[in-house]
Amino acid sequence: MSIKKREKTDWVLKQLFKATGLVTIGLLGGIFIMLIYNSIAFFANISPIDFFTGAQWDPGSAKGNYSILPLLASTGLVALGSMLIAVPLGIFTAAFLSEFAPSKLQAVLKPIIEMLAAIPSVAIGFLGIVLVGPGIAKIFGIQNGLNALNGSILLAVMALPTIVTISEDAINAVPKSYREASLALGANKWETLFKVTLPAALPGLIAAVMLGLGRALGETMTVLMATGNASAIPRGFLDSVRTITATIAIEMGEVPYRTTHYFALFAIAAVLFLITLSINLLGEFFANRLRKFHA
Amino acid sequence: MDEIKLSAHALNLYFGNKKILKNINIDFPKNQVTSLIGPSGCGKSTLLRSFNRMHDLSPDARIEGTLKLDELDIYDQKNSVTEIRKRIGMVFQKPNPLPKTIYENLSYALNIHKFPKNEIPQLVESALKESYLWEEVKDELKKPAVKLSGGQQQRLCIARTVVLRPEVILMDEPCSALDPISSHKIEELIMILKKNYTIVIVTHNMQQAQRISDKVGFMYLGELVEFDTADNIFKNPANELTKNYVGGHFG
Repeated sequence: MSIKKREKTDWVLKQLFKATGLVTIGLLGGIFIMLIYNSIAFFANISPIDFFTGAQWDPGSAKGNYSILPLLASTGLVALGSMLIAVPLGIFTAAFLSEFAPSKLQAVLKPIIEMLAAIPSVAIGFLGIVLVGPGIAKIFGIQNGLNALNGSILLAVMALPTIVTISEDAINAVPKSYREASLALGANKWETLFKVTLPAALPGLIAAVMLGLGRALGETMTVLMATGNASAIPRGFLDSVRTITATIAIEMGEVPYRTTHYFALFAIAAVLFLITLSINLLGEFFANRLRKFHA
Repeated sequence: MDEIKLSAHALNLYFGNKKILKNINIDFPKNQVTSLIGPSGCGKSTLLRSFNRMHDLSPDARIEGTLKLDELDIYDQKNSVTEIRKRIGMVFQKPNPLPKTIYENLSYALNIHKFPKNEIPQLVESALKESYLWEEVKDELKKPAVKLSGGQQQRLCIARTVVLRPEVILMDEPCSALDPISSHKIEELIMILKKNYTIVIVTHNMQQAQRISDKVGFMYLGELVEFDTADNIFKNPANELTKNYVGGHFG
């Protein structure tokens, strides 16, 4: 009796675990299908050419301008800026942690950096409104500090924990024998870091950047609060911008159900989804190469 | 009397509270091969790595005593550790080519030490010739070094050390990860290199030590038990422990 019963428990548990795994895949697929389905309804009314080439996002106007370009440019600009700040900062922090920091300092710094990831994005948005934004306005002598630069700085803070953690893993995974070889040839610690350790860790560093970038592209609340929300193609970092995510968050609550405008929000969400998906896949690809590289 | 190239005097080494090397006094004669033998954990590799200050990397290592390269005090903080490592090269137990091409593995150290750019290709070629690797790799210098066989990789690591024209080469069980044929090639290479370099080698292989050494030091539990010519150590050891070890009774 007991063997039969145990086999049965085994079978039930197996199915249960399989089901939970499938739920995750099902969710991803379901979201994708929902986005595509509603986007198709949008493209039935508005030509993809206008969507991708127009210069204005102005669903309220009589004609209804649905161009993703200003939003895409905003998202791109803010994300680019955040990476320009977070990548060097993140990689050098990781290098410092794994190569130079005494173990006591390391034990304190690492959890603190990881704790950054736990700050709610709304709180970081506040930081942008009361501190970083006014600071930018003062430094550059402009009226309004709620702009792309503000968003970039805040997103850099949010992407930093991801980039530091994964970069540090990548640097730690570089075999000690490489460092020994370099040091024994009379290279100093810096030469060893820049000419041997970091190049060897490169696939992992790329993965870190990709995952950080994915985080920056998808972030909504912070950019909504801190970037000024002007939906025009930005001319520089000091212009106010409105990202894809902020647009959806702002407009979804007020848009009449199943109108072109409603479907348009799904279309821009689908574009964002495809961008972040490909960036995450790219990050995974490089992360896998790293694993093989050090096998 | 032999000219002394490298020496340790009253050397004690601790990792934390643990004393690893106990009052070591040893002189390595110039342009000879000196082997350090002894059972695992006796401190041979630790002693070897003291001479190019590789223990600087371990924060809990502490060293007392005097180590000298000619008249230069190796642990005097006035002396640059990079300069010392240029003069005292090291070959590791497992071949550890850098994740770069064959050529870059040799040019790396030359660039670090600011050799004139136009001399580098010539220096790389002669170091590869000196390590008897040139004929095997001359057409594929741009290949990743990890594509070479284990034995070739180790000869590359020797070439990489030789390219800097060091005065001493430390070898930490350079053949232990290699097949017998590759080991034999490395041994031949060592015999040729000793004309120009002072070689200190840690080995577990008694036959190897007997074949290549001029002098042999036998270590046990962190002490240098006996240090003498290879002939005396293997045929006529003064100490009972040495006799038992080289006779294969323990270790």
